[in-house]
Amino acid sequence: MPEPQQLLVMRGIVKEFPGVRALDGVDLEVREGEVHCLLGQNGAGKSTLVKVLSGAHQPNAGDIVWQGSKTQALTSPTAAVRLGIATIYQELDLVDGLSVAMNIFLGHEQARLGFTRRGEMNRAARKLLARLGHGEISPTTEVGRLSAAARQIVSMARALSYDARLLVMDEPSAALAHDEVKNLFRVIRQLTEAGVAVIYISHRLDEIREIGDRVTVLKDGRTVAVGLPARSTPTATLVAHMTGRRYEYVFPPRPESGVDEGAPEVLRVEGLTLPGVFSDLSFSVRAGEIVGLAGLVGAGRSEILETVYGARRPSAGRVILDGKRVRAGNVVAAVRAGMGLAPEERKSQGLLMHDSVAGNVSVASLRRYSRLGWLDRRRELRDADREVGGLDIRPRDPRRPVRTLSGGNQQKTLLARWLLKDCRLLLLDEPTRGVDVGARAELYTLIRRLADSGVGILLVSSEIPEVLGLADRVLVIRKGQTLRECDARDLDESQVLDLVMEGSDL
Amino acid sequence: MSGPEGVRAGRRARTRANPSADAAAGAPLSDEQKRVEAAAAATGRHSRRRFGELRNIGLIGVLALLVLAGSLTRPAEFLKYDNVVVILTLASVGGVIAVGMTFVIIGGGIDLSVGAIVALATVWATTKATQVYGTGGVIFCALAVGVGCGLVNGLIISYGRIVSFIATIAMLASARGLAINISSGHTQTLNADNQSLVNLGYKDHFLFGKIPPLVIIFAVVVVVGWVVLNRTTYGRRTFAIGGNPEASRLAGLNVRLHTLLLYVLSGLCCGIASIMLIIITSSGTSTNGNLYELDAIAAVIIGGTLLSGGRGTLIGSVLGVLVFTTINDIFTLNNLTTATQQIAKGVIIVIAVLLQRLLAERRAGPGSA
Repeated sequence: MPEPQQLLVMRGIVKEFPGVRALDGVDLEVREGEVHCLLGQNGAGKSTLVKVLSGAHQPNAGDIVWQGSKTQALTSPTAAVRLGIATIYQELDLVDGLSVAMNIFLGHEQARLGFTRRGEMNRAARKLLARLGHGEISPTTEVGRLSAAARQIVSMARALSYDARLLVMDEPSAALAHDEVKNLFRVIRQLTEAGVAVIYISHRLDEIREIGDRVTVLKDGRTVAVGLPARSTPTATLVAHMTGRRYEYVFPPRPESGVDEGAPEVLRVEGLTLPGVFSDLSFSVRAGEIVGLAGLVGAGRSEILETVYGARRPSAGRVILDGKRVRAGNVVAAVRAGMGLAPEERKSQGLLMHDSVAGNVSVASLRRYSRLGWLDRRRELRDADREVGGLDIRPRDPRRPVRTLSGGNQQKTLLARWLLKDCRLLLLDEPTRGVDVGARAELYTLIRRLADSGVGILLVSSEIPEVLGLADRVLVIRKGQTLRECDARDLDESQVLDLVMEGSDL
Repeated sequence: MSGPEGVRAGRRARTRANPSADAAAGAPLSDEQKRVEAAAAATGRHSRRRFGELRNIGLIGVLALLVLAGSLTRPAEFLKYDNVVVILTLASVGGVIAVGMTFVIIGGGIDLSVGAIVALATVWATTKATQVYGTGGVIFCALAVGVGCGLVNGLIISYGRIVSFIATIAMLASARGLAINISSGHTQTLNADNQSLVNLGYKDHFLFGKIPPLVIIFAVVVVVGWVVLNRTTYGRRTFAIGGNPEASRLAGLNVRLHTLLLYVLSGLCCGIASIMLIIITSSGTSTNGNLYELDAIAAVIIGGTLLSGGRGTLIGSVLGVLVFTTINDIFTLNNLTTATQQIAKGVIIVIAVLLQRLLAERRAGPGSA
């Protein structure tokens, strides 16, 4: 057997964005015809690496060696495709309104003098789909009507139509059922037999064991393990590589006596069900307690917060705040009852970017400053200023447009909003995302102080150490189910990872 | 106890005992924070108010230029009291509509049906059946039709979740059609009993003998509108919802009800405008208000309100209406055709928006949001 050729080598890849070093020296080596799995936690740099490979981002430093020669040609997605690298993103980039054939040839349509040659495209598409073993998908069907699995196949056909030598697949099985995954593997094996290499990114250890040849682990933007054999490396080793952090988290101390057992329940959730996401969910949050929801992206944690808050309507279940039932699916009712939400996408869902800090702080409490509709602007500004000072939002000027603030201060503005409202339960969705390290410690202290003042806090974070360090009690969520509920001190990062990564044998 | 009293007490205690002492005082500013603060300091203080003021000053300048042009081209006629009354009276009708339109656009929507609602209101209010109830009946009917149409618009947009552009186009067509239907295509004049309404347009009813009542109505609507937009919670929420409806919803604002009321407000303004039109023309006809929506939108836009919502100024809209009315007047005095007027209007809109964008970029610096 001839020695498999090295198709792609990446050495010391660095990618910086303002304020953050997403990739800090990544090495990768992929051989022809192999399935190379990429493993790593959220924030480890997997998505950024995929974007570098697909040409969407250019690295600030490092070498890329393609088919034996160093190349600077990965300058754009078009260039990457021309080179022979095709990428299938997690959110498939297909156009729902166009047919299968048009999607497959999008960007490189078969055309003469500007007119697309529909017949030829359909024929070529049919051939590609048959090669993938899916002759039943008709090239003229509108992609929007296809199932998730079929769309996946169309994406792969598109990659094939470029005659790719390297296929990068980001969480391909996330939307697929079990037998569809088996089919996907069959297709992948066909491709690898023809010499195509596949970079396969997934959290599912059982899949990695089944389809993978070698594994590379990323952590904090660096490669920590390269080319480990996929089948024989023990889970414990893989998990050990993935966990731990480069920098020290600084968490404020928990109240010594633990959360007061006699403290009243602020939130009680009973039998909450959101079809397709989670079912029969029950838990509670006491006053002064921080409850964390740990799990992977896509496990349904943000949806849980949104449903409790009334932004989504559950099909069953009850949400009870301070002993009173809250009308489901109604944000106005939830806020009036005393809930507050700091959403995941701070800029698009949380803040009024065109408005001042004071405007953002007071928007949920306008009623308080209203006398028969007339807005008492002086009192509003004074109270907003008090919150700005109290949370040490910098710069101090509450009239400043909120978009000029740093991420950490913007997050504080959101917290100030709910502080001013005097809410009873605060829902925090990824509160430190996009916040640099220095400001995080401050946010943690603020959150703990909020809890100490009697507010109940429900926290969602993709960074497991953050959840474990900040929360009093943790619910480990996987695919909408609560796997474990216990004191945060009784769990460590590896245990949580084991629980949430599917197919783990520990 | 951790009830609301305890929470508030705890909070107050926290804020009074300088919390930054233990949390942030020791922590040095991170690089990112330093950079952001430096940039913000360099570009100076931005305030929504300042930005609007600058634009308004620009429009006043344009108005001044127009007055100059008018008095130069037609010195004998332009600056005369009679001509000024004509300009202001004509501006009043469009101006009242523009006030309602300003609210709708700041709130993130648009109302293409204003002209048709005015037509329907004038027609309905001047039917023989309505006129039986005297001037009071005519006025009430016009207002009711305006509010009613606005309510329908609002329900379809807020609760039917249909995009405002489409919903108000539908209303445009239906209202116009209904107006034609009711009037059977004829012009309906005010009968003798109700002529008193028309007398409001005549000189002997002018305030202090100088100011036409229509202009006073316009002024009142502008003042009330300004107060509501800038001094009430409703106005504040309008800016919030127009700027980011999703964030407003998640902050607990009742976006749907609020949006409904925006269109009711616009409809009410149409009702008022239709009464003014009846006073001027002493009649109601289904061809009234033709293209009023475009004039209103144009005035609002050159006045500085963003079509995308969240930012805007009522004074700007008023200035916009005055600019267009003055241009129309100058053209008419100079015997230029309406076609030329329309072309000029189009050119002015484009120039105004371009200038606005240039001004905005220069103030905020490169790479601003």
